[in-house]
Amino acid sequence: MTETRVLLIEDEPNIIDAIRFILSREGWRVDTSSDGGNALEAVRSRNPDLVILDVMLPNRSGYDILSDMRADEAMRDIPVMMLTARGQQKDKELAERLGVNKFMTKPFSNAEMLANARELVRR
Amino acid sequence: MSRSLRAGTRIRNSRMALGMKQAELARACGISASYLNLIEHNRRRIGGSLLLRIAEALGADPSTIGEGAEAALLTSLDSAAGKHVEAAAERDRADELASRFPGWARLIGVQFRENARLEQVVERLDDRLTHDPFLSASMHNVLTSVTAIRSASGILAGGDSVEPEWQRRFARNIHEDSQRLADATGSLVDYLDAEADDRGTGSLPQDEVEKWLIKRGWKIDELERDAAAPIAAIVDGADEIRTLAAQDLAHGYLAQYAADAVAIPKPPLEDALGKTDEPLVLADMLGAPLPTLFRRLVTLASDALPDQGSFGLVGCDASGTLTYRKPLPDFDLPRYGGACPLWPLFRVGQQPMMPVRETLAMRGRDDYLFDVHAVAEIAHPLGFGGPAVMTSWMLIREWPRSREANRILRAGTTCRVCSEADCPARREPSVFSTLSDERL
Repeated sequence: MTETRVLLIEDEPNIIDAIRFILSREGWRVDTSSDGGNALEAVRSRNPDLVILDVMLPNRSGYDILSDMRADEAMRDIPVMMLTARGQQKDKELAERLGVNKFMTKPFSNAEMLANARELVRR
Repeated sequence: MSRSLRAGTRIRNSRMALGMKQAELARACGISASYLNLIEHNRRRIGGSLLLRIAEALGADPSTIGEGAEAALLTSLDSAAGKHVEAAAERDRADELASRFPGWARLIGVQFRENARLEQVVERLDDRLTHDPFLSASMHNVLTSVTAIRSASGILAGGDSVEPEWQRRFARNIHEDSQRLADATGSLVDYLDAEADDRGTGSLPQDEVEKWLIKRGWKIDELERDAAAPIAAIVDGADEIRTLAAQDLAHGYLAQYAADAVAIPKPPLEDALGKTDEPLVLADMLGAPLPTLFRRLVTLASDALPDQGSFGLVGCDASGTLTYRKPLPDFDLPRYGGACPLWPLFRVGQQPMMPVRETLAMRGRDDYLFDVHAVAEIAHPLGFGGPAVMTSWMLIREWPRSREANRILRAGTTCRVCSEADCPARREPSVFSTLSDERL
């Protein structure tokens, strides 16, 4: 059985710590990227089973990264769970239009985040 | 029902009160009796010189025929009915309601105006919450800190064993994030308290400059007396201007003001206004470009403009960002977000130096009409080698209530507070439509 690989694209170190810890307990490998400018290259090179993507990142927004992923054949089918502090309906609608698989508004619970991540990697 | 239709009823009432025959009044005004009959039965529009002739023949003030308290009430009733078409109010019988139940009619009018006022408040607050950079950044900080604390504390309190090293790490993270949360909420409270007390410096440098200009009535007496007066001294004396960025903006504003005052001194401007209020003619008479004239007109106090009323002015750069804001009471200008894309202000950028005039009705504002003139100018401050800098301007004044408007452009302030559901230019949902959906 192959190891589940998650790429966490988030710039808040303490949120990275928490998510990394929770997903590592599942036996998953968690890589991180903290800069929006390098995120796409990180997705391309690691080819993860799941991308957890923050919206407000340095240098590039999560929406732009998602849009480019969906336009690239190699990354088009990778499930993406988005995390954002902006939970307005229009933000969610934009993410859905761009092809997000799960949209989570901060603050979220660990259980909710983990349940969504499990669902996406089982696809 | 238009203003002219109501004017017909008032003409008929005034004539009958004088015991004057229709043919008599028609003769005195130089029109046929049959035409007057159509006017009196609200089947023909009336305005301009004919309204003045009829008022003169009736010995009445034109404003009591063209307008007046009753007309204002009927306007409110009609606007209320127009805004809530689902109520199927009998719009053609508003006259009857106002005459049979004047108190109830007034109540509807008062409530409609109060709703419009509250919508304006919502508009300003929403504009601010959505686009105020300080509030937005603070809320992001708060939510990020809360998320990190919730996740870390959830791990520690979750019941599963956590290695001592991770326990220490999460405890340290919680400490850091709770400190950050305390700082973010503290500064947020200070900011809101300062705003509530009106003691704050404002969230943006533009707010500081605007407060100062409002206090001065948009007029800089020092530069009116002597356009070469030292600008630095004027800025230094302004208590409202505290930040360096605001000082910089104020310097730019005053430099432009001084140049405009040289181009169009106040005495010839007031003389010219005594002859015409048509901006293109005024600009021609004064030998100055329209944007200069617009900026000079807003410096005139409303008591100097008995016929024209006070002016509002909005300017924007090529990105559509509003760079100059002098609102009128019923014509709000958004501070932080984008304005209504239907404003002629944004259209004139497509054809610089080509002026556009429109009669604008602001949605949700009791259908108040505004006479707006817009024009865009292009400057090349760095010569051929540098970029072209475009600025668009829109002069705003109330449309005279006694004058008929042939073509009306319906617009709003900004999409988020505009109730026009089918607007083809809408770029985001309205908070009012969201509220309606929630009520359903």
